[in-house]
Amino acid sequence: MKKIFKLEDLDCANCAAKMERNIAKIDGVSQINVNFLTQKMTIEADDARFEEIMDEVVKVCKKVEPDTRIIR
Amino acid sequence: MKKINLSRKQKKNLTRILIALVAFLTVLIVDKTVDLAGVSGSKLGWLLPFCLYFAIYIVIGYDVLFKAARNIAHGQILDENFLMGVATLGAFALGIYTGVAGKDIEGFDEACAVLLFYQVGEFFQGYATGKSRKSISALMDIRPDYANLIRGETTEQVDPEEVAIGDIIVVNPGEKIPLDGVIVKGTSTLDTKALTGESIPREVNVGEEVISGSVNMTSQIYVKVSKVFYDSTVSKILELVENASSRKSKAENFITKFAKYYTPIVVCSALILAIIPGIVTKDWYSWIYRALSFLVVSCPCALVVSIPLSFFAGIGAASRHGILVKGSNYLELLSKANAFVFDKTGTLTKGNFAVTAISPQENAEEVLRLAAIAEQGSSHPIAKSIIACYGKEVQKDYALTNVAGQGIIATKDGDIIYCGNEKLMNDHNVAYTPHKGIGTVVYVARGDKYVGSLLISDEIKTEAKSVISALNDMNCNTVMLTGDNEVIAQSVAQALNLTSYKASLLPQNKVENVEKMLADKKKDDVLCFVGDGINDAPVLMRSDIGIAMGGVGSDAAIEASDIVLMQDDLRGIATAKRIAKKTMAVVMQNIVISLAVKLLIMLLSALGITGMWLAVIGDVGVAIVAILNAMRVNKNYDAAMAKKSKPIETNS
Repeated sequence: MKKIFKLEDLDCANCAAKMERNIAKIDGVSQINVNFLTQKMTIEADDARFEEIMDEVVKVCKKVEPDTRIIR
Repeated sequence: MKKINLSRKQKKNLTRILIALVAFLTVLIVDKTVDLAGVSGSKLGWLLPFCLYFAIYIVIGYDVLFKAARNIAHGQILDENFLMGVATLGAFALGIYTGVAGKDIEGFDEACAVLLFYQVGEFFQGYATGKSRKSISALMDIRPDYANLIRGETTEQVDPEEVAIGDIIVVNPGEKIPLDGVIVKGTSTLDTKALTGESIPREVNVGEEVISGSVNMTSQIYVKVSKVFYDSTVSKILELVENASSRKSKAENFITKFAKYYTPIVVCSALILAIIPGIVTKDWYSWIYRALSFLVVSCPCALVVSIPLSFFAGIGAASRHGILVKGSNYLELLSKANAFVFDKTGTLTKGNFAVTAISPQENAEEVLRLAAIAEQGSSHPIAKSIIACYGKEVQKDYALTNVAGQGIIATKDGDIIYCGNEKLMNDHNVAYTPHKGIGTVVYVARGDKYVGSLLISDEIKTEAKSVISALNDMNCNTVMLTGDNEVIAQSVAQALNLTSYKASLLPQNKVENVEKMLADKKKDDVLCFVGDGINDAPVLMRSDIGIAMGGVGSDAAIEASDIVLMQDDLRGIATAKRIAKKTMAVVMQNIVISLAVKLLIMLLSALGITGMWLAVIGDVGVAIVAILNAMRVNKNYDAAMAKKSKPIETNS
C-alpha cells in the first residue's frame, strides 16, 4: 500500500535525508521518500502490518527531529 | 513583492537574534575599550568577560545545546547541533584555558559570535527556503478546495471527492472547476493557464467539456460531472507533480551519498587534526582551535537544501509553461538530450487530413463512394477525412478486411473493393496510375479494375520550423519517423530542415527503428521521442525520454510518457530543453561553489590562516548564496525567449 503523509515543522533538509535513510531500514518498508520541499512523505509498505510500520516510522522520525510531526 | 510574512517561530527567533546581537556588540565594544578581564586585577579576572559572553551565548544558543543533548540521548552523535555545540563550547574552554594560564584571553567573543552567526544563517536559510518553496508551490497549486453540489433545490459546498459521476455542480466566476465534466447550462470563459501554460482564455458553451483545474472567469456555469475526483485531470496532474521528486536525478543521488559520508569524514579529520599535530608540536591550543573550525563546516546543509530546491524550481518553472516533468532525473537527461525523434502525423504536422485532389476528376464521385465504403470502419485520420469528404450515407453491407500497412479490402458477394497504397495495388495486380502529388495517396480499385486515386495531405504546424531550428542550434539531431511515403517525408523534412528522416514505416517498424537508434547511440547520448501519445505509447516508453504532446484530457499519453506537453504546441520542447539546461547549470554551480568554499575554509583553518569567524560566515553564506542561485531557475522562460528571438506566429 502506498500512502502520502503531510509533515509539519520539517525545517531542515539534512534531517529529511536522515529520516529517509533510517525509515528505509525499517522492516516491511519497500519505498520511502521524505520530501523536504513539498513537506510530504510518501511511503510504500506491507499492507498487513501498515499501522504497525507507521508507528515505527513515527518513532524513527521523533528520534531524528522531535519537532516534526507526521499528520496521520 | 508581498509584505514579509514570518511564522511565529521565526518571529521569536528573530527577536532573540536581535537582542543577542545588541547585547553582544555592547559587551564586545566595552571589552575592547576597557579590558574586562583586567578590571578586577585579580587572577580570576577572566570570570567577568566569561560570564557576560556566556550569558549571551545561552540566550542565542540554548536551543542548539538543548537539541544537541536530546539528539545525543537518541544516539544521533553526528548531529549538526551537537557539532556546533562542541565547536563553540570548545572555544569557550580554550578561552578559560588562556584565562587560567594568565595569558591574553581569546575565544569568548569568538565562541559567542560563531553561534550568533550560525543562528542568523539558519534564520535566513529557513526564511529563503520557505519563501522559495511557497512561491514555487503556489504556482503549481491547482487543487480545488470544494465543489458546489446541487442537491434538490439548494446547493451545498462539499469536498470534491464526495461528488459522484452524473452530479451537477455550480461553478461561480473566480472559482476553480473542481471536477472534469460537461457544461449543461451557461457560457463562460476559462483560464487554463495553470494547466496548460496557455495564456489566451478559452470560450466554453453548453455541451462542451471542461477540465478540472481551470478557473472560471466570467459567468456562472452548471457542469455535469463526468469523472470522479480521483480520475479527474487535476488529480492526475497533482499526483504526477507530487511524485516527481521521488525519481531522483544522478546529481541528487550524489548529494544524498555525499551527505552520508561528509559529516563523519569532517569530524574524523577534525579529531586527527587536533591529536596528531598536537602530540608532535605540543601546541595543543592552536591545533584544537583549528580542529574546532572544522566542526563549524561539518553540516552539508548548503548542498542538501539547494540541489533538490534547484530541481524543484526547474520542475515548477516547467509546469508553469504547461510542461509536466515526471521526475528530476528526466530534467537532468533532457539537459543532455542530443537526439530528438519526432513522429510526423499529429506531432510535426497538424494531423487534420483533408482530401485535396481526386483523379480522374470526371469519376470523382465514384472514387469517393468506393473509398468511403472501404474506410468506414477505421478511426485513422485518413479514413475519417475520406468519410468527411464524401459526406453522404455510406453503404454498410460490405465485409471489411484490414491489411496492415497496405489498406483495406471490402467484399460483398464477389464484389471486391481494394482501397490502399501502391503495395496493395501491386499485390493484387491492379494496373494503377501513380499519383505525383505530395501527400498520402489512396488508390481505389474494384475487382482488378483501377478506379482512381485520392490525394490526402496534412499541414505542417506553424511553430515546427522555428522549434526544429532552435533544436538544431542546440546541436541536437532531429529525426522524423513516418508511415508516409518517401515523397511526403522528404518534402516535410526539407521544409523543416530536419537532420534525417525515415519513411514508409509500419507502426512496429517505428519501435524497431527507435530500438536500433537506442542500441547504436553512444553512452552519453540521450534520445527523446516526441509523439502525440495516442498510438506511439510503446515507443514513448522505450526511449530515454518520451515526450507526449497535447496531454490535456489524454490519460494514455500522461501514463506512457516522461514529459507531457499539456498544450499541443511544439514550442514546449525547446522551452523544456532550456529549463533543463538552466537547472543543470545552476545545480553544477551550486555543487562546485559549495564544495569549493567548504574545502577552502577547511584548508585555511587547518593552516591557521583564518579563524572560526570566517568558517561560520563562509558556511552559512554559501548556503544562502546557493538557495538564491536555485531561485534563478524559476524565472519566466517565455520572456527570456521573446527577447532572444522574434515572436512566432501562433495558430491556436
